[in-house]
Amino acid sequence: MNTVPLQSKTVESWFAIFAVVVMTTVGDVLIASAMRRIQFPSGSQLRASLFVRPRAVLGEYRFILGLIFMALSFFSLLVALNRADLSLVGPATGSLTFLSNAIAARVVLKENVDRRRWLAAVFVCIGVILVGI
Amino acid sequence: MSNNLKPHQWITLTIVATAASLGDACLASSMKAMDPVKSPQQLIFVLADPKVLLGMLLLIIYIISYMRALTQLDLSYVLPVTSIGYVVMMLLAVTFLHERVSLTRWLGVFSIVVGVGFVASGPPATSHISETSE
Repeated sequence: MNTVPLQSKTVESWFAIFAVVVMTTVGDVLIASAMRRIQFPSGSQLRASLFVRPRAVLGEYRFILGLIFMALSFFSLLVALNRADLSLVGPATGSLTFLSNAIAARVVLKENVDRRRWLAAVFVCIGVILVGI
Repeated sequence: MSNNLKPHQWITLTIVATAASLGDACLASSMKAMDPVKSPQQLIFVLADPKVLLGMLLLIIYIISYMRALTQLDLSYVLPVTSIGYVVMMLLAVTFLHERVSLTRWLGVFSIVVGVGFVASGPPATSHISETSE
């Protein structure tokens, strides 16, 4: 018998959804940052392939941390799915991640997130919600 | 999309946009056809299923392509642009699986296409030059 009050369950659901968004964003930013720091050989596009420098990729601590956060994001997703319906968790995590990544890219990675990119993040966010519901 | 993209970047982004969805579709299709998995040991036998293996292969291709895209392009460019994968998947579902798609979902597809249009009309990389010259 479910003894958890409905309101408390809703709070737990949103907490888990928020955790998924945060973990995914941190993981994405760490992996993006790691990929940017690795000096890939310029010139031929084939040589710039990741297969050429697997040791450099695996030796970058940001990449390993990024993978750990991605794994944590996956487990948070499982918790979220345990607390709420997929029809809420899917669109909510998918759409909020686009916004949080745009903010993180601007603040942490110092990318030039101009008006076009903000609009893109908002439109894709709305689109993912509509596709998911 | 942006004229600033090189052909190999186009290819990489196309793989990022489609491989994850196709991989998920393979895994979902195989797992749904199975009896409910009751123990972790049963999951080992799942690996013998060709569809599961294909799904895993596609997800590995996705992650490698995603990482490769991030070596050259902005995160705030790669993520919105590759969301076009949602649209591709829906069109495939309509065409080949004859799924019915509601008006709300079509509006969602339209919104994603508009979003992709916004980001794709701008530069794909804005911070890589300064960082790599550190």
